[in-house]
Amino acid sequence: MIVDKKKMRVVNNKTPSVDGKGLMQGRSFYTDDLAEQNSLVIKILRSPHAFARIKNIDVSEAQKINGVALVLTYKDVPHVSFSRAGQGYPEPSPHDKFILDEYVRYVGDEVAMVAANDEDTAIEALKAIKVDYEVLDPVLNFEEAFENKSVIHPEDGINEMFPIGFDPKKNVAASYEMQVGDVEKELKKSDVVVDETFYTQAQAHAMLETHSSNARLDEHNRLVIYSSTQTPFHMRRILATTLGMPVSQIRVIKPRVGGGFGGKQAFHGEFFCALTTLRTGRPSRLVYTREEVFGSSYTRHPMRIEMKIGAMKDGRINAIDCRALSDTGAYGEHSLTVFMIVGSKVLPLYNKVDAVRFGGRVVYTNHVPAGAYRGYGAIQGNYALEATIDMLAEKLGMDPKKVREINSMKEKETSPIFEIMGEGTKGTAMIMESCKLPYCIKRGAELIDWEHNFPSKKVSDTKVRGYGMAIAMQGSGIPFMDMGSATIKLNDGGSYMVTVGATDIGQGSDTIISQIVAEELGTTVDKIIIYSSDTDLTPFDCGAYASSTTYISGNAAWNAAQKMRKRLIKEAATFLEEKEDNIEFDGTTFTSGDKSITLNEMSIKMLYNKNLQQVAVTESYYGHVSPPPFMAAYAEVEVDLETGEYDVLNYVTVTDCGTTINPMLARGQVEGGIVQGLGMACFEAVKYDKKGNLLSNNFLNYHIPTNKEIHKLTTEFADSYEPTGPFGAKSVGEIGIDTPPAVICNAIYNATGVRIHSLPITPEKILMGLKELKK
Amino acid sequence: MLVSFYLNDVKVTYEVKPGEYLANTLRSHGVKSVRIGCNESTCGSCTLLVEGKPVMSCSILTASIEGKHITTVEGIQEEAAKISRHFSNEGADQCGFCNVGLALVIYALKKEYKNPTDEEIKNYIVGNLCRCSGLQSQVNAIKAYLKEE
Repeated sequence: MIVDKKKMRVVNNKTPSVDGKGLMQGRSFYTDDLAEQNSLVIKILRSPHAFARIKNIDVSEAQKINGVALVLTYKDVPHVSFSRAGQGYPEPSPHDKFILDEYVRYVGDEVAMVAANDEDTAIEALKAIKVDYEVLDPVLNFEEAFENKSVIHPEDGINEMFPIGFDPKKNVAASYEMQVGDVEKELKKSDVVVDETFYTQAQAHAMLETHSSNARLDEHNRLVIYSSTQTPFHMRRILATTLGMPVSQIRVIKPRVGGGFGGKQAFHGEFFCALTTLRTGRPSRLVYTREEVFGSSYTRHPMRIEMKIGAMKDGRINAIDCRALSDTGAYGEHSLTVFMIVGSKVLPLYNKVDAVRFGGRVVYTNHVPAGAYRGYGAIQGNYALEATIDMLAEKLGMDPKKVREINSMKEKETSPIFEIMGEGTKGTAMIMESCKLPYCIKRGAELIDWEHNFPSKKVSDTKVRGYGMAIAMQGSGIPFMDMGSATIKLNDGGSYMVTVGATDIGQGSDTIISQIVAEELGTTVDKIIIYSSDTDLTPFDCGAYASSTTYISGNAAWNAAQKMRKRLIKEAATFLEEKEDNIEFDGTTFTSGDKSITLNEMSIKMLYNKNLQQVAVTESYYGHVSPPPFMAAYAEVEVDLETGEYDVLNYVTVTDCGTTINPMLARGQVEGGIVQGLGMACFEAVKYDKKGNLLSNNFLNYHIPTNKEIHKLTTEFADSYEPTGPFGAKSVGEIGIDTPPAVICNAIYNATGVRIHSLPITPEKILMGLKELKK
Repeated sequence: MLVSFYLNDVKVTYEVKPGEYLANTLRSHGVKSVRIGCNESTCGSCTLLVEGKPVMSCSILTASIEGKHITTVEGIQEEAAKISRHFSNEGADQCGFCNVGLALVIYALKKEYKNPTDEEIKNYIVGNLCRCSGLQSQVNAIKAYLKEE
């Protein structure tokens, strides 16, 4: 259904977020705010070794300490392999993790758990646990992991749910290969070929609320878990299967979440709360320290990406060959799916090629596990592809903008990659019904004055401004897999209770969904009461990941609202004794000729006087396609040639995300993504010492961007309408993060002639490059 | 030990351990608006005002505030609502975890500066980390809030 944007009153209009005021005023609704007052405090004993086997573990002294309620080691917990990844079923990540195990595979891995009356006692008990380790040789260089003599997962009982190339004896968590056409032949035919290798680093999510969960038993003795999670329904399923409990005995509640970015798609303590409360009957809580968030949750997958592109003299690209190697750390969470996105949400940007190939493997190392992180492979792939495109353009003697204009995706076009590559499985063919990428490129160029500024301009003898660009795409949920649903109930007085499984983690989905429902029902957001993500009370939703919420959950809410509108008209027809077709509904009053009844009046009558019933509807939605949002990004970067230091003076983006349901929240998503992407491009880096100890374990030695580094963001949206989206919307949660590494790399090159092949792009690397150029 | 102080102008007396920090004391007495993001004075989420000045409450000993005036966001509810409106207008609000600390810092900024420059605003709030927003939008929201009166 296409809706005229000019007629929209709530959607595509400035609407304050529904929870903003309460958040600023400090209401208590984050997970740990809601823990029971007398909860047992849980603390985890963590491995001091990058790789070891527990030969002996003695907890007797810990158990003796007054106030200690429970101590658990691998001997005390179910030996059932699972994946912490927090994905749908069956998971595309290997089941290679146990709640506790006799092996520890990175510094910070779980060794044992203590639950005590208070935190001091729990910490004292951790110190009293005696562990005898057989220290094993760790694998700390992911380029040496494949077929290394140290096998990180030698244990039995681990498995893949379906073929993902899992080969643990060779340290391979997953592998993948695909090809369209004959890449070798096309590269040979090409007038110009560039072949470059890039390295991307691990990045920390650094959400402000640390991982947090708590548990209690309800009056029916059912287990109730509060969790700061992006995936409450997956959590219920995985808890049930791993603990051998019926799903009916578990309730997962997601309160407000203080940022996720993929980091809270996974499990981080819920098993320990569940086990403690089930075994002691007492409420429990576990809050990760900041150090644990850095050292024991997960990071972005570091990668090596080799990009080979062949083109003809006229600038037409005829082949792209991409090989990648990904480091999943100790566990294979999101190993295959992040890897595939390096190809599937990057390479279709240049859809006019005659041949394209993508493949490689994801290897285990003894690093902090890698997992889902906003961008999810696309940021890594985008850096390699878009830096290489600039290098190709230089070799062709063309403006890189022109190369992109000639070769990139246009409306009504497609790429064979969509059908071949999905997320862990085969993909879904689709035509781009909305793609304003050409406009985004053109408009962004105007905003940065590309014509006059590219490639660089001298500011002084020591300072140069470079201008760089890149384009990007993402997806909108996973077709035929991600499902969301919504229930709408009419209240007396004419307000609506909307319950959704969709998981608001700060991105604003509660607001977006309220707007969609209000728009369809002709009402205002203040008449919508929204409650989300409680497995007892709300309908199912896959969760907040894969840029799915606005598109998938939004469509579910829109479907439900359309159904509610029809239903209300049907009921009004009964009251007015008219045919449904003759009834008009403006959101407050049902009218047919000179007869009318207000929603307010009808809603009260239906509960107390006439035609008695509760009016409620439920609808679900899953995608048949995954319409990509598109973006063109440009930056103006000033480099100090004496020190290599640089400032990003202006970061310009023009985004096609279809209709912006909430223009301010959409802007928040894009700009928040850019700033995180700039962090990855410019300075953020997870670092270890030679023994695998994490060095970047607090906000002093892992610096995230502050407003001191962000000078100017120029953010615009293309006028676009996705016919399959709710009121024309596509996703916007991830696309913002994709471009900064390539854009900054290209801008630095244009300013200095130094091409940086590894992230982050530090002043040191630039200075060394400048020195190299002088030789 | 017993420590007495003024919590939003109301005198309270709490039993605390000698090494206990203010953020924990307040949270354990139900003041959950104090958000702990790092517990090592690096993120600013737990900021509150001691005698009107912003302080990271995760790193100040409760014993050291005997007799002092503490302001949490409960003490500036109307101002917080105003700040929130500007954050919404600028697209600066997301997960909200840093917001309470920011609201208190912004309130203190308003008391301390007449017409702060962008640079002064940035310097004042730089210790309050935010991982969600584009940051520039926060500065714009603060400017709009300061202009309001």
